Parts: sequence; C-alpha cells; structure tokens
Amino acid sequence: MDKVTVTINGRSFEARPGQSVLQTALDNGIHIPHYCFHPGLPVAGNCRMCLVEIEGVPKLQIACGTTVRDGMVIRSDNDRVRQAVRHVLEFLLINHPVDCPVCDQAGECGLQEYYMLVGRYDSRFAENKVVKHKKASPIGRWVMLDQERCILCSRCVRFTREITKTNEMAIFNRGDHAEIDVFPGGELHNRYSANIVDICPVGALTCRDFRFRCRVWYLKQAPSVCPGCARGCNIAIHFNPERPHHAGGRRVLRFKPRPNPHVNAFWLCDDGRYSYPFIDDHRLRFAALREEGGVRQLYLRDALDRLADWLRSAHAGRTAYLLSADASNEELFAARKLLRDALGVRCLLPDTGLRTGDADDFLICEDKHPNSRGARILFGLGESDPVSPERLEAVLGAEPPELLLVNRADLPGPLRDKILAAGTRLVFLGTNDNATAAAAHLVVPLAVFAEQAGTFTNIEGRVQKFELAVPPLGDAAPEWSVHQGLAERLSVDLAFPGPAAIFHQLAAEVDAFRGLSHESLTPHGAMIRHE
Amino acid sequence: MSERILSKRFGLADSHTIGVYEATGGYATARRVLQELTPAQVTDEVKKSNLRGRGGAGFPTGLKWSFIPRDTDRPVYLCVNADESEPGTFKDRHIMEQDPHLLLEGIIISAYAIGCHQAYIYIRGEYIPQIRRLRAAIQEAYGRGCLGRRILGSGFDLEVAVFTGAGAYICGEETALLESLEGKKGYPRLKPPFPAVVGLYGCPTIINNVETLANVPAILEKGGDWFAAVGANRSGGTRLFGVSGHVTRPGVYERPMGYSLKQLIFEDAGGILDGRTLKAVIPGGSSVPVLRADEIDIALDFESVAAAGSMLGSAGVIVMHDGTCMVRALQRLIHFYKDESCGQCSPCREGTGWLLKIINRIIRGDGRPEDVDVMRDVAEGILGNTICPLGDAAALPVISFVTKFRDEFEHFVRHKRSAVLAPVK
Repeated sequence: MDKVTVTINGRSFEARPGQSVLQTALDNGIHIPHYCFHPGLPVAGNCRMCLVEIEGVPKLQIACGTTVRDGMVIRSDNDRVRQAVRHVLEFLLINHPVDCPVCDQAGECGLQEYYMLVGRYDSRFAENKVVKHKKASPIGRWVMLDQERCILCSRCVRFTREITKTNEMAIFNRGDHAEIDVFPGGELHNRYSANIVDICPVGALTCRDFRFRCRVWYLKQAPSVCPGCARGCNIAIHFNPERPHHAGGRRVLRFKPRPNPHVNAFWLCDDGRYSYPFIDDHRLRFAALREEGGVRQLYLRDALDRLADWLRSAHAGRTAYLLSADASNEELFAARKLLRDALGVRCLLPDTGLRTGDADDFLICEDKHPNSRGARILFGLGESDPVSPERLEAVLGAEPPELLLVNRADLPGPLRDKILAAGTRLVFLGTNDNATAAAAHLVVPLAVFAEQAGTFTNIEGRVQKFELAVPPLGDAAPEWSVHQGLAERLSVDLAFPGPAAIFHQLAAEVDAFRGLSHESLTPHGAMIRHE
Repeated sequence: MSERILSKRFGLADSHTIGVYEATGGYATARRVLQELTPAQVTDEVKKSNLRGRGGAGFPTGLKWSFIPRDTDRPVYLCVNADESEPGTFKDRHIMEQDPHLLLEGIIISAYAIGCHQAYIYIRGEYIPQIRRLRAAIQEAYGRGCLGRRILGSGFDLEVAVFTGAGAYICGEETALLESLEGKKGYPRLKPPFPAVVGLYGCPTIINNVETLANVPAILEKGGDWFAAVGANRSGGTRLFGVSGHVTRPGVYERPMGYSLKQLIFEDAGGILDGRTLKAVIPGGSSVPVLRADEIDIALDFESVAAAGSMLGSAGVIVMHDGTCMVRALQRLIHFYKDESCGQCSPCREGTGWLLKIINRIIRGDGRPEDVDVMRDVAEGILGNTICPLGDAAALPVISFVTKFRDEFEHFVRHKRSAVLAPVK
C-alpha cells in the first residue's frame, strides 16, 4: 500500500505509510502545537504538546511519535485534547521567567504563540520559580544561552548530535533542575552553530549578533539565496526598512535558512549566515572619477557616458573584463551580450574566492562565490579556466590592456601597480569598497544581490531565484542595467527590461538553461540541462 | 502454611550457595528443560501458568516472550530488572540475598525460551550485599557448568553479567534501564517500538522482574496448570508481599494470589502497631492509589485490587494507622517522585516540582483554599500524558489522597496544622 487514508478533525487526508500523524496534519494545513518536533531531527516526544486523541486508543498519544495507519481517526480539536495541551503549556510556563519585555525572542516565541492559541489562562502558580545556573551566558561565538527560558525540548542537543555530530551540548541534571548546556570547559565549536538559535522554539538560545538590534516585528523578509559560497543555501533576508536608527543603520539584520530539501534541508552555515553585513557596510554608493588633483563624485549617467567613450576609443582587442562569480546569471548574461559578443572584449573569470581545503562534507564549499557555475556556463569556461591570482598576473601583466574593467574583485597589489604604471585605464564596477576601487580611474557602483531579483546557479547546477529585499543604495544599479545603459550609448541593440525578461532570453539562447523560466524555479529551483 | 514457591529456601543455612541449592532440587528443572523441551514448549507452559509480571504492571510473561520476532537474525537479550526502588517494595532483594540460584535457574530457562545467549542483571547500586551474593552465585554457576558454554549437559550457551545501577529510580522503568545499560542517561524511550522488537542495542530484548523469573523453575517443574491453580482469577502463583508501616510484624510474606488483604495485615503481620486503628493502606508500592480502612476487605490479585480502584503493583503493602498525617504522608511520596523525575518530558518534570511546592507550602502553614483543587488538577494534567509511567506514579497517589482524605488537607490549609493530634514522627 503506497497511501493510507486518515481522518483528522473530521476531514480525511491521504498520507504516506510510515509518516507521523503530526507531519500529516502539518502537510494538510492543520496546525497541531508542538515544540520538540522538528522535521529535520529525530523524534524526541518530550514536550507533549502535540497530544491528540486517536479513536480506539484509551490514552492521548503524541502526534509526532504516532505513525499513521489506514483508517486512523484523529482529533486534535476536542475539549479533552485542548485541556491536556493547556496543561502541558501551563507546565512549561510555571518555571519560565516570562521576561518577554527583555527577551529577544519575543515576537517569534513558541511560548507566546501557543499561549495565545491554547492558553489564555490566569496563572495558578504561587510558588518560587526554579533558578538555574546560566542567564545570558555565551556558549560559543554566535550563541547566547539562557537556561531559565529553556523548555528542554532537546532540539539543540539533537542538532549537535545528529546533524553536526559534534556533541557539544547535553541536558544536565534531572527533574525540574534539568538544564541544557555545553559540556564543562567546552563551547559550541561547529560551523553550523547558529542553527540552534533558529530551531530553539523559545528564547533560551539567542543570536549574539542579532540580540537587541531590532524587535522582530519590525522585520520584513525576502526569499533569497545565500551568497556565501557555491552551495546556494536557501535563505530569507530579514530586513528593517523603516528604522535606520536601529542596528547602526544596517538595513539587513540577519539571514535565516529557508528549507530546501535539495540543497540545505533546514540549515545554514555560520560563515554564510554572518556574511550579511557586506550588504550595508563599506558600500560604493556613487560613481567616482579620478582626475588630475583628486577623485570627483559624479552621477551614474555621466560615469556611463565616460565609460562608453573609453570603450569606443579603445583599440580592438586591447580591452579586458574581469568577471565576477558574485554576479547573477542575468548580470553575467548582460555582460556576455554586450562586452563579449557585441564589443569583443576579452572576458576572464578570476577565481579569487577559492579557499582550498575549506569545504566540509555537508554544505560548505571551497568556492566562496555563489554563481561560479553560472559564470562558467555563460562564458563557456571549463572547470580549470577560471584564472588564479598568479596566472592573472601572467596574463594581464605580460601585456597590460589599454582598458581594464574589474568587476567586484580586489586585484593583487603588485599586479594593480604594474598595470597602472603601464598606462592601463582601470575601471571598477563593484558593490563594496576595496583597494582596487580606490585606485581605479572610474568607479561604477553596483547593486548587491539583495538589491535586485535574479538567479544563481549553484555548484550542483541548480538554478535558484532570489528576490529584491532592499532598494539599491545611492546610485548603485544592477550590473545588467549598467550594460543596458552602455549598450544604448554604444548603439548596441540590447533590450533588457528587467531580470525576468533577461532570464527568458538567456533560457532561449543558452542550452544549459533551455526550458527554464523564473516561474519554474519556484519553490526549490531547477537543475540545468547537462552541459 | 500455603504454597511456598519463592521463599522455600529462605532461612535455610547457606541457602545462597549452590551446594544447598542443588541439594534441595535446584537446577534439576533447568537441566531437564534444556535437554527435553523446545523453547516453544517452555513459552507455552509459562503462558498456561498465568504468570504475570511482578515488577508492577502485571503483564502476562508468556505473552511478552512471544513478542520476540521469530526470524530475527540479531541477538536476543534478556534483562533482569533487579532495580527494585519503589518505596514500600523489598521483595527481590530477599530472593537475591537468600536464593540467588533460584533467580539464575529462572534466567536459564527463560533465556532458553526466548533464544537468548546473553543475559544482564540490572541491579540497583545500593544493593551491595545482594550484588556480592549474585556475583558469587554466578561464579559458582559457571564453575558447575550451569552457565557458560554448553550448559547443564545441553548444547545451549548462556552468559550472565551483573550491571549495577547508580541510584536512579527511573532506571527501573524498562526502557530507561536499557538506556542506562547502554551507558547513557536513564531516559525512558518512546514506545512503540517495544523492547521485544527494538531493545538493548536495538536488538530484541525481554525485560523481566527478579520475582517473575524466580517463578519460572517451579512452573516448569510442576506445570503451568498447577501454577495457575495456586493463584486466583487470571493471576497465577504466589506473591512476595512486603508489608511495611504500622504493623506489629513487618516483613516479606509469600502468599497465593487472591489472598485476603485483611488477613495479611491483621493475622500475618500481626495487626496494627501499638493496638491503634488502621487508617489507610497502599497495597502495591507507593505509586498506587491509597485505600481507606473501609476499602481493604479485598483479595490480593491483579483483578480484585483493580476493581477496588487501586493496583496490586509490586505488592508492597504500606500500612498507616490513625496517627498518620495524610498531608505529610503525601508530601513524602511527592518528594520522592519529584526527586526521581528524570526531567525528560514536561508534565512530569514540571508537575512533580509544582506539586511538591504546593504541599510544602501547605505544611509551612501558607496553604491557600484553592490549593487542594490545584493539586488535583495538576496531577490530572500529568496523568496519562507522560512518556513513561513515572508520571502516573506521581499523579495517582495525589489524586487518591486528596480525594479520599480531602478533609485532612482542607483542615491543614484552614488551621495551618495537621488534623491528626500528636502525629507519629
């Protein structure tokens, strides 16, 4: 039998044999309260919030630990179940400090949520609460522990046991003095530690980076893809558009993992998660021109006029473009159409983001660019074609180009000095300030991935879409619109009304992407055709 | 004198030695069973005997054995639960102390029935003399070919090892026992899967109480029908009743299932201490509902005690006379269960602590009129909603005490002192 039929609260549903009652209910939009259950972790069955009544079974059963049987009749909505769940919630709250006003979890706390859903009672607890050992105590680089807020669901313990297999955490003591902690003298030392903040249903584990930066109800979210490496873990960008006085003016405050069974399941590495500050910090906001006597800020349109002139006047074959694998497929395709195809510019892909030996057997890749695969496909490069910094020196240094366009990367200092000394005109198109930008003759500010919609192709060839979270800062613009502006000035026939249209054209012209559309990438992305 | 199955060697000089054991017929049954019967025949005989688990739950032993998957290619384990920790229960220690070979013979026959070649005796760490006795008896049994390779003239191999617990009540719960035996923290497991299918190290495992297994040699010697006839209803054989509390002669009494509770207290145990009046009896270890003095005219078998609203449990009979303050008595019980709650699941972890705080406050003289109802309601929130039976064990006494002796609790709240004048210390 490959399907069983169960009845939940009077409605019947199909379920896979072996599936839990809780998962079946959740899949069908019936919310059964739960704390310890997490779809990415083994079942613990300790919180007892998901008690349901099953016809023919005298005691209430936990929905997370009960496997569906054909014909099973389940109720989660009658008085008996409601009463039991209320009792369990009351138990979980008696020793909880209820310090919501100073708790960073407030607004996304399971206790608050279920109290409003099934609680709403007046406290009957007239006793002193159990005092535990650690309040606001760091247990690792990113994680803060408050044992008194903990409901001992053991998600964090199971995460370090089953997912990272690093076993830093355990539950110590027993009875109502039980508390989660790292082992004595130890700390969280895995590269996925902040996931335990995400899966903690209460305020026991909070993020040291995010704490007190912003109340979560001010945050908005945009679905996106982590730019930290070539894995392409699915994330939600949490941003705070209207309160720039919070968080020192940063608009983006955190990345949270978004489930994708094909890529990252429910998880995100700490490197990727905490890569977000580049969205707001050290950004290039306006175009700049280096002239006799200094650097002058100028409007983007004037910078594009200048760049178009330079492109027009450079001798054929004497212009080079250093691509960036941080750019989206759409941005890369625009560069390919204009620079490579129409203007015959020599395009090189430097592999500046390679951190050899840094990969693990889970999510982290050596290649720290989110779209290396896309860049290679779109520019017809093989695995070994990306140019290492040493080879870059050999290629560019031997015969310095007349005009060099650098996208985002920071050139090695000696190489930069060498080509500048050789009279090369250096143009920097980028998102963040660096030494190359500071030395460039012309700087064109680009929008980061969070400031535009687009797609990345991950290491496995999965094309994934990200949405605009915040508008570009200052005059910064998506790279594709820079190429569009240049094309107009150079009378090249390019029509790019927006990223969706560019992707449409890309899918029509590039074999690997044939058949894909922005729509077909929802929700979990789609694989390219085999190259 | 009634039939003595378990205590027949109690009191004999050197009853714990293999010499005395063999001289009084010991290991003859195991020898015959291993040579003449098939495992299925053994299980059938035990099924016929109506032997039910002596640890407390009273699950039919033969039926439990038959849950071992027939075609398993994994090792099968037998774990002997010798973690006897329930307050009021002190029967298994006497078997291990005075007749350890009876337990070993029971283990041999039972292991043969379920196809087990490695048995573990999980014994509470405080039972130091019993641990020594058991280890010595196991040594003797190995020396005499009763354990080890090709035992008792058969082709059957069986190793037995003693594992000492570290003093946690919860490790007497069968799945917490398995966790502890595996070297982990004693947390009960979710069931299903049941240990007969996924038990120790993930292998099929039977967990039986000491007293349960000590009955097995007699069943195979005299037949399941004989054993069933000794008992009453669907409860075969005898029980070792541990009578404690306010009686003249506390101790362990072996009596047949179905024996009169009144007779046990007033005749065998010599009646109430100091000639006082009986107030209450907990008939099956501290976790079962209490009976008032007017409720004790019952037979001691699983069915009859259940019909009276309590449980036979581990047959630890706790007797309380009229000098007992029921509020303080309940406080002791709650304190125990609160202390022993493992803390894994929410209702038991938080509920037992809450109950203790309320009753401590009542005893301090800070009780509030609503406390009695809150206690009952908290207990009902625990009851049936936990992973293991410890939650029920904590909740049932509370519910029965505050229901049956409500006036005493209300008196304590109102007058800030016990209703019992000059309560016993």
